Amino acid sequence: MEQAIYQELSVESMPEVEYLFNEIRKEFKGRADELIPMLQRIQRTLGFLPEQALLEIARLTGLSTARVYGTATFYAQFRFQPVGKNIIRVCRGTACHVKGSNRILETIEEHLQVTPGQITPDGLFTIETVACFGSCALAPIMVVNDSVYGSLNRSRALKLLDEIRAGEKELLR
Amino acid sequence: MDFILIKERAEKNWKALENLRQPLIQIGMGTCGKAAGADEVYAAAKQTLKEMNLLGRILQVGCIGTCYLEPIMAVRKPGGPFIYYGNLTAKRAEDILLSYLRDGDPRPEWAVCFTGEGPVDGIPRFEDLPMIKPQVRIALRNCGIIDPENIEHYIARGGYSGLMRALQMNPEEVVQETKDSGLRGRGGAGFPTGMKWEFARKAPGQTKYIICNADEGDPGAFMDRSLLEGDPHSVLEGMLIGAYAIGCNEGYIYIRAEYPLAIKRLETALKQMREYGLLGRDILGSRFGFEIHIKEGAGAFVCGEETALMASIAGGRGMPQSRPPFPANKGLWGNPTNINNVETLGNVSAILAQGAKWFAGFGTEKSKGTKTFALAGKVERTGLIEVPMGIRLKEIIHEIGGGVAKGKKVKAVQTGGPSGGCIPADLFDLPVDYESLTAAGSIMGSGGMVVMDEETCMVDIPRYFLSFTADESCGKCIPCRLGTRQMLDILNEICEGKGAIEDLEILKDVSETVQKGSLCGLGQTAPNPVQTTLRYFRSEYEAHILGKKCEAGVCKPLFHYEIDPETCNGCGVCSKKCSVGAVTGEKKKPHSIKPDRCSKCGACYEACKFDAIRIC
Repeated sequence: MEQAIYQELSVESMPEVEYLFNEIRKEFKGRADELIPMLQRIQRTLGFLPEQALLEIARLTGLSTARVYGTATFYAQFRFQPVGKNIIRVCRGTACHVKGSNRILETIEEHLQVTPGQITPDGLFTIETVACFGSCALAPIMVVNDSVYGSLNRSRALKLLDEIRAGEKELLR
Repeated sequence: MDFILIKERAEKNWKALENLRQPLIQIGMGTCGKAAGADEVYAAAKQTLKEMNLLGRILQVGCIGTCYLEPIMAVRKPGGPFIYYGNLTAKRAEDILLSYLRDGDPRPEWAVCFTGEGPVDGIPRFEDLPMIKPQVRIALRNCGIIDPENIEHYIARGGYSGLMRALQMNPEEVVQETKDSGLRGRGGAGFPTGMKWEFARKAPGQTKYIICNADEGDPGAFMDRSLLEGDPHSVLEGMLIGAYAIGCNEGYIYIRAEYPLAIKRLETALKQMREYGLLGRDILGSRFGFEIHIKEGAGAFVCGEETALMASIAGGRGMPQSRPPFPANKGLWGNPTNINNVETLGNVSAILAQGAKWFAGFGTEKSKGTKTFALAGKVERTGLIEVPMGIRLKEIIHEIGGGVAKGKKVKAVQTGGPSGGCIPADLFDLPVDYESLTAAGSIMGSGGMVVMDEETCMVDIPRYFLSFTADESCGKCIPCRLGTRQMLDILNEICEGKGAIEDLEILKDVSETVQKGSLCGLGQTAPNPVQTTLRYFRSEYEAHILGKKCEAGVCKPLFHYEIDPETCNGCGVCSKKCSVGAVTGEKKKPHSIKPDRCSKCGACYEACKFDAIRIC
C-alpha cells in the first residue's frame, strides 16, 4: 500500500513553525554537534521534520543541506512525513519477538488497515516498530504516545486501540 | 558544602526513615512498573491513605528485579517488616492497605515476601526466594530500595564515599585499584577496565574525554535502563572516578532516546550533584573539576559502537572508523577518549568504596565480580538479576528463572543480543563467564538473556537477528552491507520453504566472510546467531529445507494447525477467536480447521485450554 503523504507545511501552520524556529535560534548556538539535538527538538514539536526545518537548520549551522539531510536520514528516530494523532510503537525486540510481537503487529495492521509508517485515513493512528524499548521482562510491549503497555496479547492490544478511538470521538463531541 | 556533614545528615535522615512512626509504602516506578500499571497503584495508595485519614509516606523506588511481579508495592507498619505484594491492581492495593494498616491483617495469601524484622507468618523472606537467593547485587545494590530522585538516600547508603576515597589517592593509584579488581567492561567486549583507563591516562594530550555508553541497543537488554532509572548516582559517581583517574574534566553520557524516564532521572541527578558540590569546579573541596553533558541517541544500533558513538556526539552520521587509532589515543574531536558502559561505571563506584580485593572475591579467576542479566523470554520469572560470574546457566534458568512456563520444554538460551548466539539446553551446565560463553560460540554481551522453548524456531531466530543487523548496518563496508543482506535473503527463503541444502554451505561461507571482513563489531558479530544455530540446531535447518517442516510452528508456509478429534470436546472457543472463519464444528462435537482459509495467526492454538490443537 503506497500512500504519498508528504505535505508541505500549510499556510495556517506557518506562525507556529516560525515561532518554533525562533525558539531554536534562542536555545542553540548553531554548532555542528548540536545538529541531532536540534532535529530532535523540532520533531518533538512538529511530530516530523519538514523540508523547511532542514533548510533552516542548514542556515543556522552553516552546514550544507546535504550534510543535514544525510545525518537526519541516517537515524531511525527521524520522520519526514506527518504522523497521526496517536503514535503506536510496537516493540520488535528479541524477548517480544519470542513472545509473539509479530503476531500482535499483524493483528494491529489488519485492524487499522495500515502498515508501519502510514497514517490511518481518520488521521488518528500511525504505527511504527521499534527495535527494543528495554522492558523485555514484560514482553510483548506496545507504546502508545508516552505510555508503555506490557504483557500484551492480541485482544488487549485491540481493546486499547478501540478505547483510544472512543476517547477521541468523545473529544470531538 | 562539607561532604562529611552532608553524609551525617543523610544517614540521620535515612535512619529516621527506617524508624518512621508512620506507615511507609514503596512502589516500584521504573518503566517496567509503569508498563504494568504502577501509576494506578500509586494513585490508589495515595487515595486509600487519604480515606483512612492516615499520615503515611509513599516512596517511588526503582526496579527490585522481580519484574514479572510488577506492579509491586511494599508496605511497612511502624516498627515492622516491609511486606511485598505483586501483580497488583488499584483495587487489590486498596484492599491490602485497608486490611493491613486498618485491620492489622497483612493477608499473607496475597504477599510475595518480606524484608526486615521477621519472621512473618506464612510469608517467606525476600532473601530466601528462589529467584533472589543466588543473586549478589553490586551494581544493583540500591535499586528498588532508595528513591532514585533523592541524592541523600544514595549518600546515606555509602554513595560518593568511593569518590571521596579516590580523590585522596593519586590518579595512578585509582587506575591500579581498578586493575586489581579485575573489572572487565560490562558492555560486552569484556576488556579490562583498568587497562583501558591506563591507555587514556598515558595518551598525550591536554584535553581528554570520558563517555558513558548508555545506548543499550541490544534487543532484549534492559539492565542499563533499570540501573539509570533506579540508581543514577552509582553510575555518575563511577564516571567521576574514571574521569579523575584518566585526567579529564569533561564527559558525555550518550543515552538512547527510547529511555525517556532514565534521561529524566539523570537530569535530576545532575542537578542535585551541582547543588551538592559534586559537579563543576573543586569537587568535594579537591582541585578536580568536571562537567557532564547528556546527548540523546536517535535510534541507531550501530551508535553503541565506540567510534560511531563519538561520530554521533559530534553531530554526524554514526559510521564507525577503523582502528587504530583507538579512542584512547584519538577519539572525540581527535582527543584521547575513554568510553565505559553504564554497568561498568556502576561497579566502579562500589569498587572504590569497598576495595578491589572485596570485588575480586566474587566471580572466577578471569571473570571477577558479578554480572547483571535481563532474564526474559519463555521463563516463569522474568526480571533483572545480578549473579556472581561462574554461576551455571541451569541455575539461572531453572532456579532463578523458575524454568519454562506452561509446562513447555526449554530449548535454548540466547545471550549477547544480535552479536551473540543460542546455547542449547544440553549445555546448560556451562558456567557464565567471558571465556566459557565465547568457547560455546556465543558471547557474554551486555546482559540480554532470552530463554527459548519448543515453540521457538531456531531458523527464525537467526532470521530475526539478521533482519535487525541488516537494517542497522551503516552501509560503509561491503562485507557487512551486502553480507548481512545475503544471509537474510537465504534465511528468508529457507523459512518460506524455498531453501536448498547447498544454502547451508553458502550461509557458512558468507558468515565467515562477513565476520572476517567487516569494519566494526556490528558486522563482525552479525553472523554469530547463524553460526551457533548451524552448529547446534542443524537438524531444524534440514527439516525446513528437506522436509519443508517447521516443527515449532513459527514459519507459516511450513506448518499447519490441526484439531485432534480425540481431544477436542467442542467447546467452540477456537471458533470464536478465529477472525477468518476457518474453524467449523457443532457445539460439543470435535471442531476442524479449513486449511485454505486458515491464516495461521495462532489465535485458536493460544486459546485452546485442552491442548487439542496440534502443530503439524
